[in-house]
Amino acid sequence: MNNRRVVVTGMGVLSPIGADLNTFYDSLIWGRCGIKKIEDLVELQFGCQVGGRVELEKSPCYPYLETFLLSEASNVVKYAVVAGLEAWNNAQLPICETLDNEPDYDTGIITGSAIGTIDMYENKILPSIQNKTIRRLRSTTIEHSMLSAASANLANILGLANYIGFNSSACSTGAESIILGFEHIRQGLATRMLVGGVDIYTAAGWAGFDAMRVTTRMYNNQPLQASRPMSASASGFVPAEGCGMLVLEEYETAIRRGAPIYAEIVGGSLNSGGQRKGGTMTAPSAEGVIRCINAAIQESYVDVNEIDLIAGHLSSTMADVLEVQNWSTALHRKGKDFPYINSLKSLTGHCIGATGAIETIAAVLQLKEQFIHASIHCEDLHPDIEKIIADEKIPHQTKKNIPLHYIAKSSFGFGDTNAVLILKNIDYEYQREK
Amino acid sequence: MNTNVKNEVIDLLKKYAINKKIFDHLPENPNIVNDLKINSARLVDIVIDVEEKFNIEIENEELKKLIYLNDIITLIEHKVKH
Repeated sequence: MNNRRVVVTGMGVLSPIGADLNTFYDSLIWGRCGIKKIEDLVELQFGCQVGGRVELEKSPCYPYLETFLLSEASNVVKYAVVAGLEAWNNAQLPICETLDNEPDYDTGIITGSAIGTIDMYENKILPSIQNKTIRRLRSTTIEHSMLSAASANLANILGLANYIGFNSSACSTGAESIILGFEHIRQGLATRMLVGGVDIYTAAGWAGFDAMRVTTRMYNNQPLQASRPMSASASGFVPAEGCGMLVLEEYETAIRRGAPIYAEIVGGSLNSGGQRKGGTMTAPSAEGVIRCINAAIQESYVDVNEIDLIAGHLSSTMADVLEVQNWSTALHRKGKDFPYINSLKSLTGHCIGATGAIETIAAVLQLKEQFIHASIHCEDLHPDIEKIIADEKIPHQTKKNIPLHYIAKSSFGFGDTNAVLILKNIDYEYQREK
Repeated sequence: MNTNVKNEVIDLLKKYAINKKIFDHLPENPNIVNDLKINSARLVDIVIDVEEKFNIEIENEELKKLIYLNDIITLIEHKVKH
């Protein structure tokens, strides 16, 4: 096993709180919530009629969709391409619009999605079958809808020629893609990986969650109040769409080309509780989560007391209490000794398969800029959480100029899937040496 | 050969080329895939566009013979006449 160091050198994001990295960062600083009432959901009589939508046209990379002939593609492809190219630009890597650059054998891509390209089925494929007009389906139907479509199209644009893949593990998908890319570089199989997660709004994609009653129905007329992670009045998650993409790079390579270095990924763990011992298809096993946290910590060689912030999964459901308890058990820290903890979902809603990637980008920004974004709407902290941690460890407002050395990022998904990442402030080791 | 038909077909083809600069200096009778750098799978779409634009029907067998720009133009002229 080749233990090469892996750093984040570029990020791109399309989210309910910003269609580009700068706007997203501003929203984090200001604690801006992007959840709105969605009229389509009212019309369709959804129980939950609020959600987080993105403004694709506002992405700085939106014009590339026309350049690369992707105007008819699934939104999964469009979101991943604009966020992926923003990340690529952000990493100061070139985009050859004529596609005649050399294949890049050292760079691969993994994009994930929990729900996938079902807009193509809803809008194009099923109507053509029903109308018996399959002959008029465009030749791009498959390349715009296959599960690897986002990866394949980004690879096409950039000439990526290392591993080109797709991953899916429900709501841990985005964090999983990062960990898979991280491991691929660590093992010496690639020097650079473009990774991330994407999920899009469609009525069909969200209907099943609505039917399960796992989304909130209490705040249809107060969308800004709807996502309340860690609150006593949390009543289900708020569905959202989005995409987060990151350029991961082998440390020496990044240094050699003078790349911007945002943070180091020092550990990542993927596991499951086996859907036993309290774990089910839809609920995490505490034992599985704790094992996942411990494995990530162990790989990172970090002391549990060095974790300054937990960027939680915390989706505004009853599972928030269990998550806080699991962190407390795994880190042996509680009360005022507990790290800071926040939930991006209080601002964005739950971006399903994109959530782990978007939240990792938020974590990297916090680590780089040394602030902690607000975790809003939990002034009425859940009493069971209050028993575990001190209220002051939850930033109800943005906390600036907070020294952050390590952030732990978690994502959990249906199927009892767990993902935990440990991110390190790249300047920390130099500070420690001084 | 009808210049209008030729220009209309070129406009259709242009939609499927990522590098539009190629169209600034076209050879006399470009190969659709090799010269215009259009993915061969796009011939299906080009045929659908041509059918709609010129109100004709193109058989699957005929599709396979469309390799050069002039093949498309000749086929259109033949179909429109008949």
